[in-house]
Amino acid sequence: MAATPNGWGSAMQTKPKTSLWKSARVGLVTLLGLVIFAYGFQITRVDLEELRSEKRQESLVRVTRALAQPDLLAYDQTEEVVNIPLYVPCRADGLLSAAPAHTGADPYLTLTPACAAPGETVRVEGFNFAPSTTGPVRFVPGGDINNNVTLGRDNADTDENGHFALDLTLPKRPSEEVQYIRATLRRNIGTPHLTQTARDTWEKIIETVFLALLATVFGTLLAIPISFIAARNLMKPVKSPLASISLSVLGWPVGIALGFLAFGWVEAFSARLGAALWVNLLVTILAPLAAVWGLRWAIPEEESNAPAPSLPSLRLARLGVIFLSALGVFLGLFQLASLLMSIGEAAQPALASFGFLGYFLFQIGDILALTATALGALAVGAALSSFLGRIGLRATEKMTPVGLKPLNLALAALAGATIFGLIGYLVERLYQPGNPFYTFWLPVALGAALGAALALFIKPKTALPIGMVIYTITRTILNALRSVEALVMAIVFVIAVGIGPFAGVMALGLHTIVSLAKLYSEQVESIASGPLEAIEATGANRLQTIIYAVIPQIVPPYISYTMYRWDINVRMSTIIGFVGGGGIGFLLQQNINLLNYRGASAQMLAIAIVVASMDYISSVLREKTL
Amino acid sequence: MLQIKNLTKIYDGGVQALDNVSFEVPDGEFLAVIGLSGSGKSTLLRCINRLIEPTSGQILWDGVDITAASQEEMRLVRRKIGMVFQHFNLVHRSKVITNVLSGRLGYVNPAWSLVNRFPKEDIEKAMRQLTRVGIVDKANQRADELSGGQQQRVGIARALMQDPRMILADEPVASLDPVLAHSIMSHLEDINKNDGVMVLCSLHFLDLVHRYAGRVVALNAGKLVFEGLPKDIDDKKFKEIYGRDAERVG
Repeated sequence: MAATPNGWGSAMQTKPKTSLWKSARVGLVTLLGLVIFAYGFQITRVDLEELRSEKRQESLVRVTRALAQPDLLAYDQTEEVVNIPLYVPCRADGLLSAAPAHTGADPYLTLTPACAAPGETVRVEGFNFAPSTTGPVRFVPGGDINNNVTLGRDNADTDENGHFALDLTLPKRPSEEVQYIRATLRRNIGTPHLTQTARDTWEKIIETVFLALLATVFGTLLAIPISFIAARNLMKPVKSPLASISLSVLGWPVGIALGFLAFGWVEAFSARLGAALWVNLLVTILAPLAAVWGLRWAIPEEESNAPAPSLPSLRLARLGVIFLSALGVFLGLFQLASLLMSIGEAAQPALASFGFLGYFLFQIGDILALTATALGALAVGAALSSFLGRIGLRATEKMTPVGLKPLNLALAALAGATIFGLIGYLVERLYQPGNPFYTFWLPVALGAALGAALALFIKPKTALPIGMVIYTITRTILNALRSVEALVMAIVFVIAVGIGPFAGVMALGLHTIVSLAKLYSEQVESIASGPLEAIEATGANRLQTIIYAVIPQIVPPYISYTMYRWDINVRMSTIIGFVGGGGIGFLLQQNINLLNYRGASAQMLAIAIVVASMDYISSVLREKTL
Repeated sequence: MLQIKNLTKIYDGGVQALDNVSFEVPDGEFLAVIGLSGSGKSTLLRCINRLIEPTSGQILWDGVDITAASQEEMRLVRRKIGMVFQHFNLVHRSKVITNVLSGRLGYVNPAWSLVNRFPKEDIEKAMRQLTRVGIVDKANQRADELSGGQQQRVGIARALMQDPRMILADEPVASLDPVLAHSIMSHLEDINKNDGVMVLCSLHFLDLVHRYAGRVVALNAGKLVFEGLPKDIDDKKFKEIYGRDAERVG
């Protein structure tokens, strides 16, 4: 306990030694850092020579100028176009092109000299144009007066008399034919108005914001429960004996199968009731009401002394009522789905410009009908798994180790066979080897052997750290999925659901789930343990501890991470369009490819405004909720 | 009657926090646990409701072996043991009334906890407990808006919600000033005297021990070094408990 008397002295003596070793180490690390950076320079081809070249700088200036003038507002313009013919080079016979005749008031051009060799300079003068106009003066090659291709970069501005003069260097396009010089002088009229680009940008940025919103909401809803099983401090104390784990494992597939069976039957029954509006409405209201009434009887609010009522017949009756109530709730859900779909369908044309509300109702109904069975089956799986797990726990407590061993053996073998059999099924679906020996019998035998071996080698009553196993598996899956960029996911979803914003929502949603689950779980890991301890000490079970001690603590970080994620999703949705995932990225990519930097600039500006306002809104919301 | 028999706790790192500790506490007693920081007081209290798993030894409460209880049985034991903490351990962002109601979690049906619902009787009971500790007007404030003394009273109200037969108080006044310390201790005394609840309270200040405790056990480096009445702690005993260099203050 106490410090040794010479502890201080020995520290003094060893000090010079460590400092020598330390400085050598610092030197080595510095050297290593330099080498790494030198190699990095070569790999990334750092080259400022390129930057200094005149051509690069010129293009850079041009692009930067375009980017500085986003294509948002434009004037209507009047335009005066005048062509003047000339020979390049001058003809050997001395023939000059006839300048078109002009009456006194019309605009016209003059050339001095009237013909010249390529590369020589001619003076172009314009008369009688509208005053204070501006526009390009270009060489039109090829002898066609209507040719849209022009050469040169010169611009002219007219004075108050409608006159301009400029020196134009002829391009190296010699021709026997007559060629032209064209002046196009324009003037703004009226007030500025939004360009087509601005309108398209507006439409797409709205799409982007909602794409990000939907992805964030769905992602968050699913990430929250996952984050709890990916949190070390919550999962580490979860331990369970082998019999209980095995029974839980078996409970999942059996429960899911039973759930699908039961709810499939409910769905069929709901379909038989028909789509008559009043039937739908009645059942939607009555079925859940009856279910809630049943549940309130079956789940008493307060457990008196024993954890469960002692009469077995009462317990059975309660279980039965819970089961019937669940069926009732799902009947109500299916009827609600049918109701929503018929209302939505009817409302869509009736609501005119608010038809999207009807569309929304219809889609919600469709989603409900699609997911209700699956969610219900999952819930039954969870319930059966937890129920069987509890039976396993009871059996482990009550039985003697000698009697427990064979039971453990049988259950663990069965559970192992189930897990490996399911993995085999997945392999069969993905790789289609088509050989049941390898994808069914071998995994099942292997799983059974592993389960049995586990049961043989551990003491029958040992509590196994199943929480850490689940934690590790969850973390591994999250990390693997997180390393796949949303852009790559979008490519897969574009194939699955077609090009458009929905694919973007799916891709961003999935990426949101995996990355938020990780961030959230780290927040759960860093909560104060005091309240957790206090709630646990009151006799609360694990679920109650999470609801009363964990959730209140994680609300603020969850909100700020969710806002941050929305921000990320807005930015990600700007590029998800590159692969067909909808949003503003589609326009941005198109404009960049067409070298239309003013258009691209408008889209970048829109993104910047949205991201900045997101930041402002999120800071206000955070302030309100913390 | 609470019987601690040969209780030993060795942490994963090899630190021996409790070393073969045995003593008995009759029903209705106010027992003070004293000792230096790190002497094993908190570990001892947490072993009793098994927030910390003892390495070996037995804890018998009315003849029932707590150390052998299953998870579910332990839940039922815990709801009869209220606990008060040095740092109050309230859920800061929840309302005071929610913090108090959470003392009832061992009794209510977990299915209703999912939707944050408590029976009406429990809410009335919570208001009564808040009235008893004198902060019923703060019921709807957030717990972190309260001062330290008020927070500890919420902690006591939460423990009272459990209808406890035993209260474990882990240095309940170590974070409070002397005036507040007496007010909190007198609440515990009231619960002990009037409700007949057994109280095990770890304390730092000997004057509080003399004033409130019926009996004292003292720990030093995980060993039981004293068991007896507060007045029996003379200078020799004091040095045994707190070490040779310790000086009496207060």
